[in-house]
Amino acid sequence: MPHDDHNHPHALLPPDPALRVKALETILTRKGLIDPAALDEIIDTYQNKIGPQNGARVVAKAWIDPDFRKALLADATPVVADLGFYGRQGEHIVVVENTPELHNMVVCTLCSCYPWPLLGIPPGWYKSDAYRARAVREPRKVLADFGVSLPEKTSVRVWDSTAEMRYLVLPMRPQATDGLSEEELAALVTRDSMIGTGLPKVPT
Amino acid sequence: MSDCATYSAPEPVFAEPWHAQVFAVTVALNEAGRFDWPDWADRFSQTLKRHGLDRDLDGGDDYFHAWLETLELLLNDLGAAIPAEVIQYRNAWEEAYLTTPHGQPVHLTASK
Repeated sequence: MPHDDHNHPHALLPPDPALRVKALETILTRKGLIDPAALDEIIDTYQNKIGPQNGARVVAKAWIDPDFRKALLADATPVVADLGFYGRQGEHIVVVENTPELHNMVVCTLCSCYPWPLLGIPPGWYKSDAYRARAVREPRKVLADFGVSLPEKTSVRVWDSTAEMRYLVLPMRPQATDGLSEEELAALVTRDSMIGTGLPKVPT
Repeated sequence: MSDCATYSAPEPVFAEPWHAQVFAVTVALNEAGRFDWPDWADRFSQTLKRHGLDRDLDGGDDYFHAWLETLELLLNDLGAAIPAEVIQYRNAWEEAYLTTPHGQPVHLTASK
């Protein structure tokens, strides 16, 4: 090892789990069980193409089009598939509607089931033990932690996702948004408002 | 404008490259029909429960540690990758990193 280069004598060694993942990739590729190009495609899809902007489009459309909203609440899976949002972890999607009387909130106490085609990969807090345990036990306190306070008369319902059934919250349309286009409305719909831990933005 | 930037540039989907890799390997295997997703969710939830017994999991790095452990156990059960193989290739990759000059791409030698 040359003395003048002892700070960077070799490539930076990745952490142990990264090496174990590389080992799995090599083994599975050599056995023909996975295709490395397919892995890159999957990562690109979830990093760049699928995310909460998809769900936001669905919500905005439901705010504007009563027939769409009705169909969405009756059976969401084919309705969102028509918009091109289907596939992995989106086989059975149920949309639950917020009203002045009822606020919906979604959790997965089992692991981290989530409607990928509409919201992408869940954020860290959704996967944390703290959220998974507390969302069911004390939803109002969790909402307060997210900065959401609801009127006393509004009850909170928590939906527990499973590998078979994933939920999307249809938040209430903010006041004073009458003249906005579907696109402008979609920009108000946050990820958290579709999980039920937030509310849509108010137009400025 | 700042609202717009916040909206279109959220936190990274995967905090570490290996989180993305282990996720992609799992999804690819599922799509190839090697296992179905409810079975995965069931196994993964058991690992999370086991890991969460003595501490609260934060949903970040420890989530993907649990994910990787679940995948290793599943691949062993399927006979697709047994622990001895995984250790052998893991060590081969470690050696490749330690013997590749800094800045050059790291490859396993064909014989490994």
